[in-house]
Amino acid sequence: MVSSAAPSAELGKVTGSVPGPRPKTRRAVRRPRPVIPGFGLTLGYTMLYLSLIILIPLSATFIRSLDSGWGHFWAVVTAPRVVASLRLSFGAALLAAAVNAVFGLVIAWVLVRYRFPFKRLIDAMVDLPFALPTAVAGIALTALYAPNGWLGRALQPLGIHVAFTPLGVVIALIFIGLPFVVRTLQPVLEELDREVEQAAATLGASEWQTFARVILPALWPAMLTGFALAFARAVGEYGSVIFIAGNMPMKSEIAPLLIITKLEQYDYSGATAIAVVMLVLSFALMLGINALQSWASTRHGAA
Amino acid sequence: MTAGYEAPVSRALRRRGPRQGVHWGRLVLIGVALAFLAAFVLLPLLVVFAQAFSKGVGVYLAAVSEPTAWSAIKLTLTVAAIAVPMNLLFGVVSAWAITKFQFRGKSALITLIDLPFAVSPVIAGLTYILLFGARGWFGPYLQAHDIHVVFAVPGIVLATIFVTFPFVARELIPVMQAQGKHDEETALSLGAGGWQVFWHVTLPNIRWGLLYGVLLCNARAMGEFGAVSVVSGHIRGLTNTMPLHVEILYNEYNYAAAFAVASLLAFLALLTLAGKSFLEWRQPELKHGTRRARADLEK
Repeated sequence: MVSSAAPSAELGKVTGSVPGPRPKTRRAVRRPRPVIPGFGLTLGYTMLYLSLIILIPLSATFIRSLDSGWGHFWAVVTAPRVVASLRLSFGAALLAAAVNAVFGLVIAWVLVRYRFPFKRLIDAMVDLPFALPTAVAGIALTALYAPNGWLGRALQPLGIHVAFTPLGVVIALIFIGLPFVVRTLQPVLEELDREVEQAAATLGASEWQTFARVILPALWPAMLTGFALAFARAVGEYGSVIFIAGNMPMKSEIAPLLIITKLEQYDYSGATAIAVVMLVLSFALMLGINALQSWASTRHGAA
Repeated sequence: MTAGYEAPVSRALRRRGPRQGVHWGRLVLIGVALAFLAAFVLLPLLVVFAQAFSKGVGVYLAAVSEPTAWSAIKLTLTVAAIAVPMNLLFGVVSAWAITKFQFRGKSALITLIDLPFAVSPVIAGLTYILLFGARGWFGPYLQAHDIHVVFAVPGIVLATIFVTFPFVARELIPVMQAQGKHDEETALSLGAGGWQVFWHVTLPNIRWGLLYGVLLCNARAMGEFGAVSVVSGHIRGLTNTMPLHVEILYNEYNYAAAFAVASLLAFLALLTLAGKSFLEWRQPELKHGTRRARADLEK
């Protein structure tokens, strides 16, 4: 969803170059090329399944959110506890995605450019957050960062409390988002033309100058994509967060948890209102990042 | 002529390489990367197994062979056995439509297929409650006919299908796009029928990509927590999947048992990673090629 930058512009291009169904039959008559069968069947099934599983349930959420009226909707989403949970979910997700953008770049760089022992194993390990069920990640991170955990014990004397604080939320979201950044950057780094770096070096640029002026600009679009994917995953994350967060209202309670709390109290309209705000906010942010990304890639050429 | 041009380049590179302490920078970067991966990926994995066996093998075996654990394992396998084939079928069909034909709105369709990635699993579960719950659109009808969707297995299956919806399609679309339609057209011109072309031409071409998508889809299907948690109702022995069982044991402060069941899921994750690495070794394009082919597709 992120990579489809500026969908409306592309849509125009597609319809412009390949107009409606009529010319297609004409083309088939002109050229003796066999027509691949199954267009109606496959596209029809795709649309049906997409509508039944995704589109109808999602639109139901939007429609049901106004069941109790606009005033009630507004009252729910501006309640302090809801605002605090939304702020935590979005703020922690942005922070975690930013941390991942930096360290993900370092990891991708090291994996592409350097050789060291166990590299293939370490490369495979990057995908663990994809494969490990979130509940397992959640209890593992909690055990690790709890005051008596392997890492928590070391951080405790430094005055850093991770488990059962907002910091714990950020840690869990970093775990969840890491592979998105690394796996987006790796192919781009592999394709970078090293001759350009060599040219920069010959012209007297320092290592750092070469990185900042030559390499980084080419990486921006991919970094934004990775950032956006990590953010999108993190903002709605539930399983890995609830164990480590402590879930104190106003402090370390994430928005998805508040949705579940409201559902358990049979407050369907409240739960739906929060869900709609989350959907709208994250779609808007993704559109913004998409626009930024297409701006970055036109500015620095195809990357 | 060319040699005269290249000589200063290589000389400059040779000069700048080791002299500026590049190796130190390299070591620092490798150190930072490994430390970050150790803290965020390796240690959480190790802690699962360490905690699982912290009370000995006996407790471990008791925790994973207890009846409620067994029914959770069985339910997880059942749900995956329904959800994965459904999304596999959708993946193949949608990839066929998208890569073999030109039509209006194709890139919008691809965006919609990816949509579930941007929806919180909790919201995915919520949407089905709003449709099939007691106070949902179809709630009264379902109640009148004694059909249970929410707080029952069908709801768990639906929620799992929602969150794993794009996995097979998004792996297959780039693979099929890269292969083009020349092979299929050749087979058709030789007189093969549509099904024959699919079974004997397309399927062998895409088998690794297909397996790759199924592997990722299955890992997520078996591990899904948020969406399933909303629709399951947490009825022990009936609607508890393995991740939900882990949560219940953990919240009962039964840590060793929780981590024992979690270790089974962690083992599944390791198997998934091994399978993924194997497929990437068989078909290197799978690892990185997908995104590139995808960008070409959307141009």
